[in-house]
Amino acid sequence: MLQFESWKRVLIWITCLVGLLLAVPNGFYTRVEQHNDAVAAIELGADTPENQEMAAQWPSYLPSSLVNLGLDLRGGAHLLAEVQVADVYQARMEATWPEVRDALRPLRSTVGTIRKQPSPVDELRVRIGDVAGMQLALETVRALARPVQSLTGIGAFDIAVSAVDDVIVVTLSEAEKLATDERTMQQSLEIVRRRIDEVGTREPTIQRQGTDRILIQVPGIGSAAELKAIIGTTARLTFNPVVNRTNDGNVIAGAGNSVIPSIDEPGQFYVIENAPVVAGDDLVDAQPSFDQNGGAAVSFRFNTAGARRFGNYTADNIGSPFAIVLDNEVVSAPVIQSHIAGGSGIITGRFSVEETTNLAVLLRAGALPAKLTFLEERTVGPELGQDSIDAGKVATMVAFVAVLVFMFLSYGLFGVFANIALIINVGLIFGLLSLVGATLTLPGIAGIVLTVGMAVDANVLVFERIREELKTSKGPARAIELGYEKALSAILDANVTTFITAVILFVMGSGPVRGFAITLGLGIITSVFTAIFVTRLMVVIWFERRRPKTIEV
Amino acid sequence: MRLKLVKENTNFDFFGRWKLWLGISLLMMMIGFGSYLYQGLNFGIDFRGGTTIRTESTQPVDIAAYRDALEGLELGDVSISEVFDPNFRDDQNVAMIRIQAQDGQEAVTVDTIGVLETALHSIDPDMKFPSVESVGPKVSGELIKTAALAVVLAIGAVLIYIWLRFEWQFALGAVAALVHDVVLTIGVFSELQIKFDLAIIAALLTIVGYSLNDTVVVFDRVRENLRKYKKKPLAEVLNISINETLSRTVMTSVTTLLALTALFVLGGDVIRGFVFAMIWGVIVGTYSSVFVASTILLYLGVKRDWSKTDPKAGGQYANIDA
Repeated sequence: MLQFESWKRVLIWITCLVGLLLAVPNGFYTRVEQHNDAVAAIELGADTPENQEMAAQWPSYLPSSLVNLGLDLRGGAHLLAEVQVADVYQARMEATWPEVRDALRPLRSTVGTIRKQPSPVDELRVRIGDVAGMQLALETVRALARPVQSLTGIGAFDIAVSAVDDVIVVTLSEAEKLATDERTMQQSLEIVRRRIDEVGTREPTIQRQGTDRILIQVPGIGSAAELKAIIGTTARLTFNPVVNRTNDGNVIAGAGNSVIPSIDEPGQFYVIENAPVVAGDDLVDAQPSFDQNGGAAVSFRFNTAGARRFGNYTADNIGSPFAIVLDNEVVSAPVIQSHIAGGSGIITGRFSVEETTNLAVLLRAGALPAKLTFLEERTVGPELGQDSIDAGKVATMVAFVAVLVFMFLSYGLFGVFANIALIINVGLIFGLLSLVGATLTLPGIAGIVLTVGMAVDANVLVFERIREELKTSKGPARAIELGYEKALSAILDANVTTFITAVILFVMGSGPVRGFAITLGLGIITSVFTAIFVTRLMVVIWFERRRPKTIEV
Repeated sequence: MRLKLVKENTNFDFFGRWKLWLGISLLMMMIGFGSYLYQGLNFGIDFRGGTTIRTESTQPVDIAAYRDALEGLELGDVSISEVFDPNFRDDQNVAMIRIQAQDGQEAVTVDTIGVLETALHSIDPDMKFPSVESVGPKVSGELIKTAALAVVLAIGAVLIYIWLRFEWQFALGAVAALVHDVVLTIGVFSELQIKFDLAIIAALLTIVGYSLNDTVVVFDRVRENLRKYKKKPLAEVLNISINETLSRTVMTSVTTLLALTALFVLGGDVIRGFVFAMIWGVIVGTYSSVFVASTILLYLGVKRDWSKTDPKAGGQYANIDA
């Protein structure tokens, strides 16, 4: 046991060296961070002398990965949003109604009158006048079903059609609901990401959580309210046919219609059809511009599908008004003057130039397909984060020194070995944290301090065991050998059990708690490594050189 | 000369009064559990939803004035407490304000926070709000379920591990000690009404890990000594094992407590509750591995004839010659 093969010795020292080297950048945090930012900027083409100078602050041959600081240390905002995926079902059902109506219209002689009935938002109910025609009506509506476009839903159709007495009930099939949810989530994630990127903050985290949630963490931002404003809640643009203009907000709209207010004329309401002609999803471009009178406006362009629908609609409805609706308010309701082909147009209203710029940005980034509800929000100011870092630093140093002194007093020279190993241990933790790009949180610092306390445990186990073996007077070499051998099972069992709890914490926990689990888990690995390899190697080297007749542990 | 916290060759009798020790533990657990039933835990917003705002002002905190300022806002249950910390500057006066989850809302709205901040600015126009946290009832409900599940899972996983590495009696003893530690920790949080939030769950699991660490070291020695002294009665073997590992037990507890105490005093008020839980856990965990885990093991008894059957029955190190 006291024989260490040379390749093992080399491997142990190399591991320590690499680990410590990886930890070094964290000692020069600001400098390395500026270096990294500058290098990233230069890669993107911003090759300014300033960036060059920043990049030169840190030699490029040294590692430059840093431990990420969590929001509780850096300051910033954290939001957990739930996407109301069911919103999309409603839109889908509304869009299905005109299709169903148009399909059934030619069959009126058999099915009788067709009327839309009030229904839950994710259903479409259509009453037909003549129950005898139900079979034909069902077949006709079923023919509208399209195959679901997703990997899991192959072979399934998007709508399910059934009959209840004289009412046709159309719902989205389960497969289609799943596929729709998935699309809604992808879209929402993408849009949130684009909006946050437009503001250009450092390293935002935008992650999907579970089936319908998005976790958004933006370091350095002033408050969660600010972040919410950037994300916006809906900004949903649609173009709807106008049924009526009214001054009475309580007027009865009729099935399939709704009453919504005008954005800039108080007391003015519009009755519009809920099913939009074209929606914001079909927009490909939006720019601030001016109308022919020099008023601020937003010009936009549709994609091919949107352009065709918009073209057909305007060709069929010359002389009637249509409404441009933004977040359930009518921006304007111009009368269609002529067939608008080509799919581009202009939104005018009483806008300021600034408003049109913002509106264009919102439209360009795309509307969120569904509403976001915020389940959790946290803001930590940068000063509080800095205070926590400072307090954490001082506490860690004091804890460290206290443990070092105590170990020296208790075990003398062997204590010094354990202390060197402990310093290497903390270095290795930071090295590993940087390597895996883990996030350090305040509880994470507590995890490191705890590790400092517990890391010596493995050494203590060994040293105590050596003391015991010395009593049976087997000679120092044999005592050291037996000490390591017999303490090994206790060290492994004790650390495996603690490691199990760290893993469970990591899997089940979130945010700061997970940060704690990471440092605790890595700390266990490094402390076992340092105790059974590094300390032992030091003891062995010392023993080989001195060959003492007696030792005191 | 070496610093020795435990003198060599101790021979304390840990089981002479085992009924007394177990009785004390049971009594403590009952008090803790009773306190939990009677006044409940002071749950943070992680577990019951709501909003906390940390305020920082150069003027001294006048809780009554804060309360008056927030009175008319109809926010429901509002609690205000001043925060003290040795790290604060002289003119740094910090308070925590907690409001309950608002009806019909998940996370608090921007408007509500705006109104609150305006009201507080009437006391001190320069007041700052270094942190605002809001958790909706939906998430808090899930968090509490996940947290409880995590603790149960951790204890379950450990039970299985020790059962595989030792014998089922050891596993039950270790788990009894863990339950003891968790109940006492929840009890002290309930008794002192310290804020119980997500971080405390992390602390609880760490206590589980630490207590186990201690128990396993003792058990490892018990396993070894059971083979060494085949004729001695179990109580004596247990006593020898605990005495032999006593020095290590004390050493590790002291180094861990040294580190934790530094964090408790200097680490700032944000994690003080968390660190307190761990300090308490280290003390209780050390006690329980001697007086609960081993006592239960004594009570359950152990099969003594391992060596006659498969030499590897005790795990991969069981065949090491003792």
